[in-house]
Amino acid sequence: MQRQAASMKRSLFNQEYLDEQFNELEELQDDANPNFVEEVVNLFFTDSARLIRNIELALANGPYDFGRLDDMMHQFKGSSSSIGAKRVKRECSQFQEYCNGRNIEGCKRAFQGVKQEYATLKTKLDAYFQMAREAS
Amino acid sequence: MNLGTASSSVSWKSSNNDRVSDQQFPACLRVLVVDDDPTCLRILEKMLRNCHYEVTKSNRAEIALSMLRENRNGFDIVISDVHMPDMDGFKLLEHVNLEMDLPVIMMSADDSKDVVMKAVTHGACDYLIKPVRIEALKNIWQHVIRKKKHEFPKDRDFDQSTSVEDNGDRQQKPPEDVDYSSSANEGNWKISKRRKEEEDENEERDDSSTLKKPRVVWSVDHHQQFVQAVNQLGIDNAVPKKILELMNGPGLTRENVASHLQKYRLYLRRLSGVSQHQNGLNNSFMGHPVATYGTMTSFNGLELQALAATGQLPAQSLATLQAAALGQSAISMPLVDQRNLFSFENPKFRFPEGQQQQLNNSNKQINLLHGIPTTMEPKQLADLHQSFVAVNMQGCPRMQQSNALLMHMPQQQPSNGQVSRPPLSMSQPLSSNGIRNSIVETVRGPVYNPVSQASSVVDFSLNQNAELQNNGFPLVRSNSGMSTLTSKRLLQEEVNSDIKGSRGFPAGYDIFEELHQQKSQEWGLPNVGSTFGASTDHSSIPGTLNVSPSMLVQQVSSMKNRQNGNSLPISKVFCSREESGSVNPMGGPQLNLLPSGNLLTVKAEQLPDTSYQSTFFPEQFGQDDLMSALLKQQESVGQVESEFSFDGYSPLDNLPV
Repeated sequence: MQRQAASMKRSLFNQEYLDEQFNELEELQDDANPNFVEEVVNLFFTDSARLIRNIELALANGPYDFGRLDDMMHQFKGSSSSIGAKRVKRECSQFQEYCNGRNIEGCKRAFQGVKQEYATLKTKLDAYFQMAREAS
Repeated sequence: MNLGTASSSVSWKSSNNDRVSDQQFPACLRVLVVDDDPTCLRILEKMLRNCHYEVTKSNRAEIALSMLRENRNGFDIVISDVHMPDMDGFKLLEHVNLEMDLPVIMMSADDSKDVVMKAVTHGACDYLIKPVRIEALKNIWQHVIRKKKHEFPKDRDFDQSTSVEDNGDRQQKPPEDVDYSSSANEGNWKISKRRKEEEDENEERDDSSTLKKPRVVWSVDHHQQFVQAVNQLGIDNAVPKKILELMNGPGLTRENVASHLQKYRLYLRRLSGVSQHQNGLNNSFMGHPVATYGTMTSFNGLELQALAATGQLPAQSLATLQAAALGQSAISMPLVDQRNLFSFENPKFRFPEGQQQQLNNSNKQINLLHGIPTTMEPKQLADLHQSFVAVNMQGCPRMQQSNALLMHMPQQQPSNGQVSRPPLSMSQPLSSNGIRNSIVETVRGPVYNPVSQASSVVDFSLNQNAELQNNGFPLVRSNSGMSTLTSKRLLQEEVNSDIKGSRGFPAGYDIFEELHQQKSQEWGLPNVGSTFGASTDHSSIPGTLNVSPSMLVQQVSSMKNRQNGNSLPISKVFCSREESGSVNPMGGPQLNLLPSGNLLTVKAEQLPDTSYQSTFFPEQFGQDDLMSALLKQQESVGQVESEFSFDGYSPLDNLPV
């Protein structure tokens, strides 16, 4: 079981769903906080849902405030990077580029990419934590 | 932990060795972390806990600020995110710097240079890029140490960095840690050393290092006591020992008083030089939405912040002053006070409280502030100033401020002042002149009269900023270097500048440029430092005044010669003044107290006392030079140029040489 969890984690890293920051989180885990990583990840998905929703609303219809969109995405990106969500981060950067170019269609497309990676990551991490819990 | 004692509020754990063992350090460092992102906040909290720090977290800047206010000595360092919904991180940074004088680390996922620069100029002692790794947090204790050391430069044993090490084993990690592995530290030491050397009160320095020294927070009461003592003694006689005696030593050591005195003097000098600026600036700033870094409420505010940041101003006092400054009218008061102060005619160092009184007493001085440069009509100058300031604002914020400052300088020369540089006998003119002089001098010197002072004040914060690991700004070290260079350059510039009547500033301005370029710092606004909320700008300035007075005198003389034909008399006066030793009416201590770079400044101060005349001219000259320089630089300042039209008037002509 532990091996499975470990290999799952490895693949998450290989596929760039996660980056070094996730390791940082795991290193913070200790006996006093045995589920620290899962806690933080859950915290992230809970809180970031709000950010995602806000961006969605802002993209719903014009006039489009690119500055605000960029700010919101910046916030979301920072949050994602704190748990090591590499792919999500990448999509966020893409979104921000379109923002800078004031390309609303590009933004909308990029945002779809963000949501997709975000959902995928959540699924995979849920599975990973499940496995890690069973392994311990 | 609230270590507040009856006499002084001490927050540094080291002072409570009985409470925290040396071995524990830097453990138990009390960190306040502020971030609106709950995920980041949680992670940071865990990381800091793993570093054995005591962590308090807050997701709201307002809450964090109130926590800090309620418990001033409850925290050692603050870490804050830049982008927060309820309050801008920089604003929080300013508040903390001003009110609590705690080291603040900024962090953000944004690593663009301008944001980092903004943090630096606002006084952040470090900048972390998110996602933050625990390694970055492990050494934040150094900022706390550094800040404390800066607050008590005199306590430092400059003879050897080993002194730090000695104390280091008490409270720090092995010596290599003490060295801070950063050249900036060395710079800091040098600067401190320089300061130390210049001060008379070295001899009584304790062996105890600053590490051991609790951070004394100068409460408003203490400061008032201090100011009263200083006034009682007279600026000439205001030596820490006596001040301490007068203050009944409320738990303060001589070193505390000495360093506070130094800061106070710097502050006064700076204010006297800036007062004019502030008066004018305040108005102009108020009117001009130029936000160099969003802190351009007024010079006063900025300077206060800078001073506060450097720990030179009591937090409360600063808050008061700043509040006053922001209140606008109040700003001029401190300024006026300062002028009085500098003129030494009115040795009322009402730092925080006498402002009002001073203001009332010094209507004349106020006039001076808004006065016209010797050659310019007051109104013209005011207008010019306004536009100048506005123009400056548009440009490099740093320069703007310095420009504004300079601008103010000319204004400072009230027509009264022009009157002549009557000998010291004339108190009023003297004060105005003094102010002018001091302003000029500062301008001449590091070109930042008030700035220089501020810069010295800022040094501390600057140094800290310089220490920024992420930024690597060699701000700190440069202080001394810069000052020397600056002053020298200034002199050269002045001499070489095409000195038309009005073009006195090119030299000054060049120096700014030079300094600026040298240090990619925002020193530009020595005075303006306020805008940067921190000494960052100042760093460059403090040192600038390394030029010896005599050197300056000569320069000034030559410059004056060029500018008007009055050079001879002026130089003579100037030189003679120096030779007569009247230059140091204030006495040794004063001079010593001045930051290394502020020799000129000291001179200015002294001059008013004694040979007021002599200093007068150079200063005026300097102001003009600076103005010219500024004007020249301000290409866009077409109207300024025209308004100044130095050709139209020759500042020097009006100099009552």
